[in-house]
Amino acid sequence: REEERGMSERGGIGGADLFGYVGIESVLDQMRRKTVKAGFEFNIMVVGQSGLGKSTLVNTLFKSKVSRKSCTPNYEEKISKTVRLHAVSHVIEEKGVKMKLTVIDTPGFGDQINNQNCWEPIVKYVNEQYEKYLREELNVNRKRRIPDSRVHCCIYFLPASGHSLRPIDVEFMKRLGKIVSIVPVIAKADTLTLEERQEFKERIRQDLEANGIHVYPQRELDEDPEDRILNDRIRDSIPFAVVGTDKEHQVNGHKVLGRKTKWGIIEVENVAHCEFANLRDLLIRSHLQDLKDVAHNVHYETYRVRRLNESNMNLSELVLSSWPLQNKMDKCETESHL
Amino acid sequence: LPCWMLSSLSIEDQEDIQFPFAMRDLPPVSHSAGHPCSPKIPPRANPAGLNSQIPPLPMRSPVVSQVSVDCPLSPASRPRSPWGRFDPYDSPEDQDKEYVGFATLPNQVHRKTVKKGFTFTLMVAGESGLGKSTLINSLFLTDLYKDRKVPNAEERISQTVDIIRHTVSIEEKGIKLKLSIIDTPGFGDAINNTESWRHVEDYIDHQFEQYFRDESGLNRKNIQDNRVHCLLYFVSPFGHGLRPVDVGCMRALHEKVNIIPLLAKADSLTHSELHRKKMKIREEIKEFGINIYQFPECDSDEDEDLKTQERILQDSIPFAVIGSNIQVESKGRKFRGRSYPWGVVEVENPAHSDFLLLRNMLVRTHMQDLKDVTREMHYENYRAQCIQNMTLMMVQEKKRSLHERFQAGREAEFPLPLAAIDTEKERQIIEKDEELRRMQEVLDRIQEQMQHSQRGSC
Repeated sequence: REEERGMSERGGIGGADLFGYVGIESVLDQMRRKTVKAGFEFNIMVVGQSGLGKSTLVNTLFKSKVSRKSCTPNYEEKISKTVRLHAVSHVIEEKGVKMKLTVIDTPGFGDQINNQNCWEPIVKYVNEQYEKYLREELNVNRKRRIPDSRVHCCIYFLPASGHSLRPIDVEFMKRLGKIVSIVPVIAKADTLTLEERQEFKERIRQDLEANGIHVYPQRELDEDPEDRILNDRIRDSIPFAVVGTDKEHQVNGHKVLGRKTKWGIIEVENVAHCEFANLRDLLIRSHLQDLKDVAHNVHYETYRVRRLNESNMNLSELVLSSWPLQNKMDKCETESHL
Repeated sequence: LPCWMLSSLSIEDQEDIQFPFAMRDLPPVSHSAGHPCSPKIPPRANPAGLNSQIPPLPMRSPVVSQVSVDCPLSPASRPRSPWGRFDPYDSPEDQDKEYVGFATLPNQVHRKTVKKGFTFTLMVAGESGLGKSTLINSLFLTDLYKDRKVPNAEERISQTVDIIRHTVSIEEKGIKLKLSIIDTPGFGDAINNTESWRHVEDYIDHQFEQYFRDESGLNRKNIQDNRVHCLLYFVSPFGHGLRPVDVGCMRALHEKVNIIPLLAKADSLTHSELHRKKMKIREEIKEFGINIYQFPECDSDEDEDLKTQERILQDSIPFAVIGSNIQVESKGRKFRGRSYPWGVVEVENPAHSDFLLLRNMLVRTHMQDLKDVTREMHYENYRAQCIQNMTLMMVQEKKRSLHERFQAGREAEFPLPLAAIDTEKERQIIEKDEELRRMQEVLDRIQEQMQHSQRGSC
């Protein structure tokens, strides 16, 4: 995107000075080809009580069976006693573009009788990924492409109670909103009528504001008025009321993804029924790169600054401390070098 | 089977026992949808072994017989019952036989109970947002929660579980029902829910305690029965069966109150999901040993309708319910329901939910049974345990005072102890303790000497 802007500026100022066609814009093509070859990485975390449809939603989002649940035929959900994190990676391809998608599941969150501090393993995991990246960055011999396991986006599932946020929701989002982009969604939203849905969302937004929780897209990060307008529209409909399914039914002659009940078929991709399509567009079609950028430029940088300040060392010392991670013989040489 | 405690202290609530008679002879009560068959209640398994339709009458009720035994009346001169329609002697085959005439008692009782009215206490528990209040309003066609303010997340953080009691008097066809609904807002909402059900448990115990006190008191005429007859437990449809909170709570309460598990917000589930979830919940209930309310067994001579009805009820646990406070219109009809962009859900449609089953069960067929089980099983358990605890405390007190006196050495003042054997054993134990202590002292001294000599030698 930066290239683009630079190009237009140059084009605006010096356009009259160029004789003929230079071909600057082919840089875009080259970039595109390279990124397509290299592929994208996207790490998404799903958090919520068991049974809210997290795995189903991820499968529906990426139109493939990327979640553990679908891989085992007679999968019996057992509520685990502690919060553990499972990261599963798949490479999915569309129109020649490869994406390495990692879904991080958090079974056990919010399921126990006493859920005190159940967010801590998650906070720890997120920070660990940042730490890993930081270490790689500080290495002497850096890899060309640092493997990025940082969490780009965290989808938080709210049960469709129709009232407001629960204490556990507030606590979780307060803590994680500072270190990762949170996208709250209302799970299994086919239990709310449209009026109830609006009221619920309104109350959630009020609760979020009252508690100082900033969810994605954050207001402060809007870069220009265009972005602002687009993001305002998104912010007005957060949290998205979603319904997920992997079953198809016939409606009016087409096959649609939906849930069939005795009183009608809930079409997942129909915006009049639920906001799944909006969520998908946000996450994948329009803001995927933005999520990664925000994770890298904002959250990661915050972590990095905090880490460097905390350890009370300056950069070189930290670098020295990370060197023993590689080969030990280099240490003596480089010390003498300094 | 209920434990029949025929001690002289137990009160049999006369009006309550005779309720099944009254209800059975009532014409079918129908308000909205018409019901083709009149609901009947299966009588409880008869402990006296009498294979008759009429359960044994309590000893204390005055048997008003309009006939003296010396001169049996001929059928023609038998006084007609004021409830002409329900006269059990009206059938042609009975005209020739001679009867005493007490089969009209149910009708007499009916009149009395109608005047007095019934009470029923229902408790609801479950996470907030599962539609408890809406369901209560739908069940009893009332609006108990008109000016309700739902607390937001901030207010909820420091909230404990409240117990709120709503009382409403409903009257239908001349029969009064005083319904008490106990709500438990805040249940299961906190981050740490280990204390959630403690308040509920305490409340139930408190009601039992109060009734026990009243029962053992001197003036027993107007005892208020506030005991909880039934607990509707709302299980969330979003989970995979029962959650740990659900299991913990139900296990803490299953010996104190009749638990009926409900699957809330059932319109979020498709037919197959619903079936699977019900199976799962039933399995888990068995697995964790939770004793939910069991529907009474039908005697083999009951008619088939009743048996199938009971079987349907048994197979529908947990009841999948939907509630609604608003009326919607569809296809020319107006009904209570929920309107979605993809269709309209009808609350009272048996194909959509088990709401009707629940309401019939609760109000029309099993209300008396719920009260009976509460009275006979749960309350009696509580009472027995209470009395046991009291006697245990008394015995311990006596033992302690005896022990003190023994220690002081005043053996001559031994009153006749309640349990003579125990004090003998206690004395032996105390003697042995003394011995052991002396031996320990001797050992210590020997050890000291050894150490001393060892140090000396070094």
